[in-house]
Amino acid sequence: MSDKNKKGPESKTYKFDTLSLHAGYQPHKNAGSRQVPIYQTTSYLFDDVDHAAALFNLERGGHIYSRISNPTVGVLEERVASLEGGTAALATSSGMSAIFLTVMTLCEAGDHLVVSSQLYGGTVNLFRLTLPKFGIKCTFVKPRDTEGFKKAIQKNTKGIFGELVGNPGNELMNMPEISKIAHDAGIPLIIDATYQTPYLCKPFEHGADIVVHSLTKWMAGHGSSMAGILVEGGNFDWMQNDKFPTMTKPYEGYHGLSFAEEFGPTAFTMKARAEGMRDFGPCLSPQNAWNVLQGIETLSVRMKKHCSNAEEMVKYLLDHESVAWVSHPSVPDHPDHALAKKLLPNGRGSMIAFGIKGGKDAGVAFINNVKLASHLANVGDTRTLVIHPASGTHSQMDEATLKFAGLSHDMIRLSVGIEDIDDIKNDFEIGFRAARKPRLVSNQ
Amino acid sequence: MKFKVNGDEIFASTGGRPFDKNKPLIIFVHGSGLTHMTWVLQTRYFAFHGYSVLALDLPGHGLSKGKSLKTIEDMADWISSVIDAVGYKEASLVGHSQGCLVTIECTARYPDKIKTLSLMGGAGAIPMNPELLALAENGDPKAVDLMMDWAHGPAGHFGGHPVPGLYHINTGGMLAKSRTIKDTLGVDFRACDNYKNGFEAAKKIKIPTLSILATDDKMCPVKEGKKLADLIEGSKVDIIDNCGHMMLLEEADRVLKVLKSFITTNYPSKN
Repeated sequence: MSDKNKKGPESKTYKFDTLSLHAGYQPHKNAGSRQVPIYQTTSYLFDDVDHAAALFNLERGGHIYSRISNPTVGVLEERVASLEGGTAALATSSGMSAIFLTVMTLCEAGDHLVVSSQLYGGTVNLFRLTLPKFGIKCTFVKPRDTEGFKKAIQKNTKGIFGELVGNPGNELMNMPEISKIAHDAGIPLIIDATYQTPYLCKPFEHGADIVVHSLTKWMAGHGSSMAGILVEGGNFDWMQNDKFPTMTKPYEGYHGLSFAEEFGPTAFTMKARAEGMRDFGPCLSPQNAWNVLQGIETLSVRMKKHCSNAEEMVKYLLDHESVAWVSHPSVPDHPDHALAKKLLPNGRGSMIAFGIKGGKDAGVAFINNVKLASHLANVGDTRTLVIHPASGTHSQMDEATLKFAGLSHDMIRLSVGIEDIDDIKNDFEIGFRAARKPRLVSNQ
Repeated sequence: MKFKVNGDEIFASTGGRPFDKNKPLIIFVHGSGLTHMTWVLQTRYFAFHGYSVLALDLPGHGLSKGKSLKTIEDMADWISSVIDAVGYKEASLVGHSQGCLVTIECTARYPDKIKTLSLMGGAGAIPMNPELLALAENGDPKAVDLMMDWAHGPAGHFGGHPVPGLYHINTGGMLAKSRTIKDTLGVDFRACDNYKNGFEAAKKIKIPTLSILATDDKMCPVKEGKKLADLIEGSKVDIIDNCGHMMLLEEADRVLKVLKSFITTNYPSKN
């Protein structure tokens, strides 16, 4: 080989599919057990008083009490951190508790956040109704209104939060541009990437600073276990300004520790665990962590099938006489199609929103009559799921909030599973037939 | 804490405790392109157990101002200046990788100031792979990726960080990218490559010395570490199995146990 063609040394750190199976776990430290053991315990023996003190002072790594950390949960945390390209992660009992811990680690009473308006209904309620009780206010901005995020930033703003692809309207945030806006203002960008998983998008590569997931969804896939996680990118400089004193100033709760000085690229996670998990306690059970790990082992295999089935369903729905409109980033005339190609090169995800002709009544008839697709309040299961958001997941919103969040009464939210595509289409035909004759079917 | 050395503002972690001049001083010197944060699982322990600790950010690294020093000899003199700057007459030194070259040279130059020497992943010389050196000097992030690959043993590549939730390779990579790569890693690698006095300096060392080596260390293999240790009179060697060059994180507890025994025996604190 000539020198011209010589590629030079290449890093041989493990790649995505290998990390999905192995990251965070060393069998030789676990009795040679090939599978990750479930450490079903509340607490851990100290060698002596000095060892106990060292663990409590963060002088040494290790486990004290399973509310704060657990070896099985720790494997899951490292595995997700590795897949996201992050420095550290903290697993929680649900995706909502991951968002709550993120906000409570970042903010104090009197602080403000800029938040995308297109979010899961529960997240909207957290930002709109619950966080103000803690003195944290939010300004909502439509996900495509990039300039609006900039205009909404105030002196006391501590971060920008959003779902990369909004639930359920499938509108994208321009993550690279919005991250520049956040960083110019000296604040982090927090992205809920539940819909994508790191297989479809690694937000840290596009400027995000913290990523949160509901692991309950595609990451686990099996729909058996609640779990969430926050992941730190490690690139945000908490010491660049005086906006984050709880990260940079001595913390009374740990003998005057400055998280930013001592832990740098993992400071946020260390604080979220040492303070947030200690004081609020939404810990993940080791059994659920193990269940999620089983799902992550096949993440890339499943995501490929989710995405190919979703693209098939998009084509089917676009051609269907009962469908008024289809929203999915793979559709060429979707307003965010080009951005989705850039941010989601491995597939545009398996969430589809579509409008059914006949409005709300037709939607109800469709959902009541499909047999294979499951009507339930979850997404990202290996099984196909459907729901009518206006009467289900987002039913606690008033009319104006629904409109601002991009929801309509004819909208069906579809989470495409990995069943045989023909079976999904046949099932939808039953639903559409019923929707065309809603009264007749409901009387049967 | 921040203090001035040769006119530059320098940062050093004190291990989470106030710096107390009445306690014996331990200075920790990081490896190429890294920062004080690599020592967090050793420094906090000593700071809470009777010692004053300075885990330094070398000039131009981490939170320290100034420009990176270009030779190991300059860094050795600079460590001596640090001891003066904080008002001490003596200290115990702990180095990792490039930090071993610096502390060996410093001990040889200032034998009255240095009381014990602890070397982790050390060798008498650290010649650099020319391609890696070129990448670092050009500021190519691939240099950091390669360093993280080679610096972690097979076990470390899977993770298993002693602090729950932290992932080794990405954390180390982020530390090495925290400042401009060519001005930190590039300068440091060149300094390592140019340094030829390690074995001669080792022969002059007459203080208690500990070498911690790791079986899977590709950057400073065990045989190179032993070659260095053999030149230091009475030097102790401890070898860790299933561990790579980043032993201070990959096997933090084991390193702390050995270090604790060595320092408390040879440089005890009365506090």
